[in-house]
Amino acid sequence: MTDEIAKHPPSQLFQLVTDQWTAPFWEAAQQRRLTVACCSECNIYRMPPTPFCPHCLSQKIDWPTLSGVGIIYSFTIVSKAIFPEMEASLPYVPCLITLPDAGNIRLISNIVDVPVNRIAIGASVKVIWASMPDGSVVPRFTLKD
Amino acid sequence: MSIRNKTAIAGVGATPFYKRGKSDPQSLNELVCKAIIAAIDDSGLSVRDIDGFAYYSGGFDTPYLMETLGIPEVTYTASLSGAGGGSAGSIGLASSAIVSGQASAVICVGALQQTNQRFGSITSAYEHTPETAFFSPSGLVGPGHMFALLARRQMHTYGTTREQFAAVALAARENALNHPEALMRKPLTLQDYFSAPMLADPLCLYDFCLESDGAIALLVTSEERAKDLKNPPVRIVSSVHGGSRDWGRSLYWMNMPDETFVSSGNKAIANKLYNDAGLTPSDIDTAQIYDHFTPMVIAQLEDFGFCAQGEGGPFVESGAIKFDGGSLPINTDGGQLSGAYIWGLTHVREAVHQIRGTAFHQVPNCQFALVTGGPSSLPVSGLILGKQP
Repeated sequence: MTDEIAKHPPSQLFQLVTDQWTAPFWEAAQQRRLTVACCSECNIYRMPPTPFCPHCLSQKIDWPTLSGVGIIYSFTIVSKAIFPEMEASLPYVPCLITLPDAGNIRLISNIVDVPVNRIAIGASVKVIWASMPDGSVVPRFTLKD
Repeated sequence: MSIRNKTAIAGVGATPFYKRGKSDPQSLNELVCKAIIAAIDDSGLSVRDIDGFAYYSGGFDTPYLMETLGIPEVTYTASLSGAGGGSAGSIGLASSAIVSGQASAVICVGALQQTNQRFGSITSAYEHTPETAFFSPSGLVGPGHMFALLARRQMHTYGTTREQFAAVALAARENALNHPEALMRKPLTLQDYFSAPMLADPLCLYDFCLESDGAIALLVTSEERAKDLKNPPVRIVSSVHGGSRDWGRSLYWMNMPDETFVSSGNKAIANKLYNDAGLTPSDIDTAQIYDHFTPMVIAQLEDFGFCAQGEGGPFVESGAIKFDGGSLPINTDGGQLSGAYIWGLTHVREAVHQIRGTAFHQVPNCQFALVTGGPSSLPVSGLILGKQP
């Protein structure tokens, strides 16, 4: 693995589309607030947000404010472009982050701004926010220490 | 009611296999029709006898195929939902049409042409939806990026090594070396494997399947009818599709429970497949395992009961999967890693040849062949073919 810094992934292709069940996640992100869907009836977290709780079928959702601290569950290092727009973003590191203060639910995100060779499963990370070309804001993560 | 041993594959046909984009200027529908005509020729029937289509991943345009090939009437045209994982299960869809009397000669067909959109970056071509918004900002532009996340966790959980991934890639290449239809016939060494570029660390070039063009079709009919046709019937012992909610949308969800996350999501359908067949893993003489990414071959060998969960790495490293001397020869045509990638149907075709006894690398006295449809968003699927007693 390389000591190059993990960059942000290519963003040109992203365009945010929401519905009423996913919009609160993205509206909170716009305010730089990390939240995930939590059933108001049985307090079980779910991501991505869906219209029913799979445990009790309630449609009531809470959107608690989370600490933004997580643990790396897995990651991959992308250092080859499969289309030209990717070239300037290499290397970047897609990852899965578990959120201990949300029932260990996982987010699909990226590790950024740290040397690639310091990234490991189990490492603590904290959220940072990235502005996308379409005006949306997405959560990404960097090493906590 | 069960489909067990009531239907058979009576014909198999394919176009030549091409490297990505090289089937141009033939059209995709043309490739599909060529494969169907070849399958029908192989069976001894006429295209006018076709009265059903059973597809996966959306399938093709049945009335276009009827118009083009002169098929007078169909009484069945259906597709499994989902993506590539349904290839082996589409055979069961055809069987159920026949056993229930809805059709008598059903075509299963898969085809791929990557002139405009290559499969390696297919994820980036998806339409933007509220669901894609949760993975597309992360630069997961191809299936390989997503499966790499599963592969690294598999290494972390079970200690699977890159040498073990390589054992899968090298075994496939050995079977492709002198195979007349395989696209990759250059020898591959462990050193070549470790010098290859990392495309999605921990996956390197040789952990990825090929991107190819071509079409494959199979004709399914009742076993009774198949007995009177040109080739010996290849019995459809069982074929299932579906899967567990714990796997679900898998790559597009990524919230599978820990143990499921490092599996191939095939445990539930594997159990049902063996149960329906009245067989166990030790009855299987050869397995054609969906090999889009090497770590997923290891995980499927576990889910299909050839070794314990977490033991797939040592299993492949032991040589068990090799054609030459292995206890379970897999992907005897070079698989999708070194043969060709036609969305899983090369595996069904190779299993047909193994049961007929006409495979290029023929497993001696092959009674039962397993085919897997591979890990993807549900449905995943499986198929067991057998020799008539």
